[in-house]
Amino acid sequence: MTVAVANESGTVDDREVVTDPPLVRIRGLGRVFETAAGPVTAVRAIDLDIRRREFLAIVGPSGCGKTTLLRMIAGLETPTSGRIETGSAAADRPVNAMVFQGHSVFPWMTVRQNAEYGLAIRGAGKPERAGIVDSLLETVGLIEFSRAYPHQLSEGMRQRVAIARALAVDPDLLLMDEPFGSLDEQTRFILQDEVLRIWGETQKTVIVVTHSIDEALTLADRVIVMTAHPGAIKDVVDVPLARPRDQATLRSDPEFGRLFGRIWDSLRSEVLEARAASGSPR
Amino acid sequence: MTAKQRRFAEIVLTIASPILLLLIWELISRSGRIDQRFWPAPSSLWDTTRTMVQDEDLFGEIWLTLERILAGFAMGAVPGIIIGLLMGISWPIRAFLMPIATAIYAIPKIALLPLVLIALGTGEMARWVIVALSIFFVVALSTMGGVLALDPIFTDVARNFGGNRWTLFRTVALPGSTPAIFTGLRLALGFALIVVVGTEFVRPNGGVGSLIWESYSILSIKKMYVGLIVTALMGWLLVLGLDLIERLVVPWRRAL
Ligand SMILES: Nc1ncnc2c1ncn2[C@@H]1O[C@H](COP(=O)(O)OP(=O)(O)O)[C@@H](O)[C@H]1O
Ligand SMILES: [Mg+2]
Repeated sequence: MTVAVANESGTVDDREVVTDPPLVRIRGLGRVFETAAGPVTAVRAIDLDIRRREFLAIVGPSGCGKTTLLRMIAGLETPTSGRIETGSAAADRPVNAMVFQGHSVFPWMTVRQNAEYGLAIRGAGKPERAGIVDSLLETVGLIEFSRAYPHQLSEGMRQRVAIARALAVDPDLLLMDEPFGSLDEQTRFILQDEVLRIWGETQKTVIVVTHSIDEALTLADRVIVMTAHPGAIKDVVDVPLARPRDQATLRSDPEFGRLFGRIWDSLRSEVLEARAASGSPR
Repeated sequence: MTAKQRRFAEIVLTIASPILLLLIWELISRSGRIDQRFWPAPSSLWDTTRTMVQDEDLFGEIWLTLERILAGFAMGAVPGIIIGLLMGISWPIRAFLMPIATAIYAIPKIALLPLVLIALGTGEMARWVIVALSIFFVVALSTMGGVLALDPIFTDVARNFGGNRWTLFRTVALPGSTPAIFTGLRLALGFALIVVVGTEFVRPNGGVGSLIWESYSILSIKKMYVGLIVTALMGWLLVLGLDLIERLVVPWRRAL
């Protein structure tokens, strides 16, 4: 596509611009952990472009390095090889927010304090925080619980708080590490719908790690299949299912079944390998 | 059983045990099988208590002991919490202080009383310092344990939002370790009471401990019992007060 671009001197010239450069460009990314038992390669040789406004899902056997990859993208872990470049020129990483695997909601803060946490750290004033968080808590259906403490909530409600907390800082990139892993199926469907709706409204870029092929297909534009430990990219599957997606019709779509088969074919041998390596019965 | 009934039953049971104890003591004493001079019935202590309040300023003695407990408690607990937090968040500080802390933790601090008296003279300060010493380590180690037990995921959340070390301390380490801090404080309160009464035995200069010891010396057994009961009540009320403060400071705990 050809567009007019203003250069620094203010003149306008015509030149070829690649449509929407990727938000994140990952090249040769790897991470080795030094442990007492020797070096452990968690992730190796990852090449990946994450497009703006894309919904990307990562599936792979447990222990294959999904969390490590996500943490490196978030800047919480330093790569031992390769690099992560970002389309947004200002920072070395896009402004990101992570929904962590497991219980990450602060037990000592109310729902509102949790949701406001990122904003408070960034120095947002009280009225501004309240404005943003009120509407977010409304969106995730927790406004009546804003003064409750996490122990008074169900598991699904706590995950909603974690999602609201991440969204409150309006990140370019939302990272979610098995966000619904411990929830029952019905709750998971409801939260998937909510995430899809929010994504549709805000057009954020989202990466979700999941162990559910079903969830990956429900949410994503693209599914990355990772190999067993040490994790590398095995397969990239485009998901051309129509949006907005509906839990019921989605699953009766023959394309859904075909994609499911394709991903499972790819994943199956990796899962078997991972289980053999960890000594679990098959 | 509803929650309300349960709460009521709890209160009844809590009051029942001391009453039962006093009742058994009363019955045994009245049965005449034991020497009433040394094991007076609790009911016979009323008159003694009244004269002690009216003529001998019992409340003054209680206040003096209480003052010693609270002063020593504050002097030990505040630095204990601060050092414990520092040991929890910084591994170099932990590595540096841990050997000293664990070694001194094991010494019965009352054994240091002569040293403290030499260093500080025989005034109130020496009593406060020995209490502070007795509780400092238990508070520091308990606080440190609380920080170390925190799930690293909370640190990651703070870092993910760009929080610096101070944010991490203020929003994660400190609030996250308050339950452990209170566990330490509860132990410390018990220690403080023991040590204050102990110093009042060894160096009687007012206070409930002196009262108990001096009553015993002149075989004023009933007064001695009043002193004992007052001490027990004091310990109970202090812990109750601490529980109350904990409820206010840590409203987010599941079961309190
Ligand atoms: N901090 C660490 N130190 C040592 N090894 C680690 C660390 N984090 C992860 N690993 C190892 O890296 C591999 C990938 O872990 P992880 O990224 O958590 O996998 P996943 O999220 O896919 O289950 C595992 O073998 C794990 O033991
Ligand atoms: Mg993981």
